[in-house]
Amino acid sequence: MTLEKDPLNLIIAGVGGQGNILASQIVATAGIKEGLYVTVGETYGASQRGGPVMSHIRFSARAQCGPLIPEGEADIIVGLEPIEALRIIGDFGNPKTRVIVSPRPIYPIWVLSGQAKYPPVEEVLQKLGELVAEVRVVKAIQEGETGLVANVVIVGDLAGSGMLPIALQNFEDSIREIFAPKDLALNLQAFRKGVELARGKAVASTPIKTRKRK
Amino acid sequence: MVTIELNQPGKTVLMMGDEAIARGAIEAGVDFCASYPGTPATEIPESLARVADRFNIYAEWSTNEIVAFEAATAASLAGLRALVAMKQNGVNVCSDFLMTVNLAGTNGGLVFVAADDPSAISSSNEQDSRSYARYADLPLLEPADFQEAKDMTKWAFEVSEKLGLPCILRSVTRLSHSRGNVKLGELPEKKRTAKFEGVYISGAFVAAQHAALHQKLEQAREDFEPSRFNFYVGPRKAKFVIVTCGSGWLYSREAVAALGLEGKVGILKIGTTWPLPEKFIIDHLKNVTEVFVVEEVDPFLEQNLKILLAEQAKTLGPIEVYGAKSGHRPPFGELNQDKVITALTSIKGLQARTRDEKYIEKAKEALTYIPPRMPTFCTGCPHRASLWAIKSALKLDGRDGFVTGDIGCYSIGAGPAGFFQLKTIHCMGAGIGLANGFGKLEKFGFNQPVIAVCGDSTFYHAAIPALINARVNNSNVLMVVLDNGGTAMTGFQPHPGSGCDALGRPAPTVEIENICKAIGVEVRVRDPFEISQAVQDIYDMLQENGPRVMVFRRRCFRIEAKEKLQKKYYVDQTKCIGDDCGCARFCSRVFNCPGIIWDQEAQRAKIDEMVCTGCGVCATLCPRGAIIVRGAAS
Repeated sequence: MTLEKDPLNLIIAGVGGQGNILASQIVATAGIKEGLYVTVGETYGASQRGGPVMSHIRFSARAQCGPLIPEGEADIIVGLEPIEALRIIGDFGNPKTRVIVSPRPIYPIWVLSGQAKYPPVEEVLQKLGELVAEVRVVKAIQEGETGLVANVVIVGDLAGSGMLPIALQNFEDSIREIFAPKDLALNLQAFRKGVELARGKAVASTPIKTRKRK
Repeated sequence: MVTIELNQPGKTVLMMGDEAIARGAIEAGVDFCASYPGTPATEIPESLARVADRFNIYAEWSTNEIVAFEAATAASLAGLRALVAMKQNGVNVCSDFLMTVNLAGTNGGLVFVAADDPSAISSSNEQDSRSYARYADLPLLEPADFQEAKDMTKWAFEVSEKLGLPCILRSVTRLSHSRGNVKLGELPEKKRTAKFEGVYISGAFVAAQHAALHQKLEQAREDFEPSRFNFYVGPRKAKFVIVTCGSGWLYSREAVAALGLEGKVGILKIGTTWPLPEKFIIDHLKNVTEVFVVEEVDPFLEQNLKILLAEQAKTLGPIEVYGAKSGHRPPFGELNQDKVITALTSIKGLQARTRDEKYIEKAKEALTYIPPRMPTFCTGCPHRASLWAIKSALKLDGRDGFVTGDIGCYSIGAGPAGFFQLKTIHCMGAGIGLANGFGKLEKFGFNQPVIAVCGDSTFYHAAIPALINARVNNSNVLMVVLDNGGTAMTGFQPHPGSGCDALGRPAPTVEIENICKAIGVEVRVRDPFEISQAVQDIYDMLQENGPRVMVFRRRCFRIEAKEKLQKKYYVDQTKCIGDDCGCARFCSRVFNCPGIIWDQEAQRAKIDEMVCTGCGVCATLCPRGAIIVRGAAS
């Protein structure tokens, strides 16, 4: 098997407590099932709830990669939180990067304490759009729904988007392997909702901008 | 987590480095595992504890690292295979035993996993524990990827058994806490029984033992020469060779490929970094004129290699060595591919791979537009309330009192999350140790009250001798134990006060207040969520002399949340009067809990139900009584 781009570099960025690690584990396990070398570098430990958390996921058909993506080399960025998606563009983004982002903000402590302002989400998405090739905005959950599986919905959207060379079946097998039986149905349902969002079968997904590369 | 026990030899699975180390131990037939939790090593013992029954392993969370190491050594002395794992700071705690067990020797395979944390991603210091191997004359293995993490751990038991020494396996955060491909091996049949025989005394004939230790190390060097964990890739007669180990291997290989140097630059990857496989290295450096040493943190490999090159100067001729000393690799902070590329381009005079500067400028400009995100205490965290009580009491007291800190979640209390209350942070137990000294400075005109905060797990780990010291020297210190019921920072592992063991079975408890009483110090136990009482108690205790202990006891909210459904809170926006209140937006702006946000439209406080865990402490603090339990009569 060969990859169009090798290694293929994916970053999942979010906030501690959002299920970033689990999301990366699902994606990476699916990659292994696809027969790829997958490396996941995770930043956590000091990231108590509220700190930024980032996973670097690297796929290769040739060899095991190092756990960190070099500067400017992210091919895909999945943002579980809008400003966290924007935050990592400076270090890892490039004009060809494609972004999937949840528009739901989680306010940093400095915003709560009035020392900093959280910019309007539309503006954050606009800025993202100016820096990368594509931004898909995915409303993983509606008001009032539980946020517990939002990460899995977004993984579903990533799987359904076709950005990764991994079959849907391998994602589902990965989810079956990772979750305890009692949580399986809910997470499979969330995953499939995400896949449908990516395929335009559900309304909550709004691709706001697709810029043609020059 | 199911992967670690799979009995499917040859199957490739995704494994965290720590899990791979645990799996390697299982494949080696490990019998005994003792540890104290610490990032990034925690998942090694945790993984083993999870499958302890299935593989007949004894697993414990010990009170601290040296106790864990001694317990594991006992298993080795009785002929069993044992593993002890810890973060870098734990190696320091173990050092006293390390410097004697090397002389006294071991029996069954004993693997000592030292997990370093370059860049201190989750630590209070940065250190390179490899120097301990040279210091203690012990064999050192450094896995470079996930497969090696498993395979080398398995081999480490054999190395240890053959030499009669503990074998050190050094991991780093980016291996321990990263995930990658691991091909599983066979699960062994285990039939060991424990029996102690022989004499293991360090100190009887020390010089002779030390000489024998050096002989063992020479044996290790010989055994390491043909190891498959030492290998060379690249052109046959390369003049320029990267010598690397551990995390440096993958970064180096990628950097060489990214610069298109595969045909010119060789890579000599060393897995057995102490003692060095000298013949193997010499053989591969015979035609070489330049060497770049790529490793993480200290120039450990670099310095040992330079000694070897000096000894072999006649055979090898002059070789230019690039690395930390030459300024091509910083001897601090974690390594990455970019750092290796920068060094290579500078050494080889190549055009650096650069990003479009205008793009970077634009992307960085976007950064100025978004607020920073500091780590904070979880919603519902008792530490926020405890530190608020301490801050309030110190202010009431008015004598410029201060807090000495310790290691745990509450360490971030040095920042805005804890109202900047912690003024010192060092190693575990140092808070009360320092407070001891401050508490005896009266005759030099010192009159500031001193509060030492200390976590519950830290109390058992390292604080008790200092508290005894405070008692017998009558030091003026108030110790506040922030007892949240477990080792929260590393993921809620139990400690001696938790009432359960590493496998989750009921266990006897050792109560903090009983220890304090036995030492003879005054001790009070309070709930920090009853804030006005907590403030009053701290204030009262600040007025007393001699050592005193306050135990602020409230379970970590994330442990609680696992056990029961929490209450839902909301802000009654007819009761909250916003900025007219005069509370200065206490709940959202001052108390700083991420569960409460400012509703710009309504100009009132609002609970973020996604984030709020329902602890309710804000409800007791709101001056208008506007924060209300859903479903409760208002």
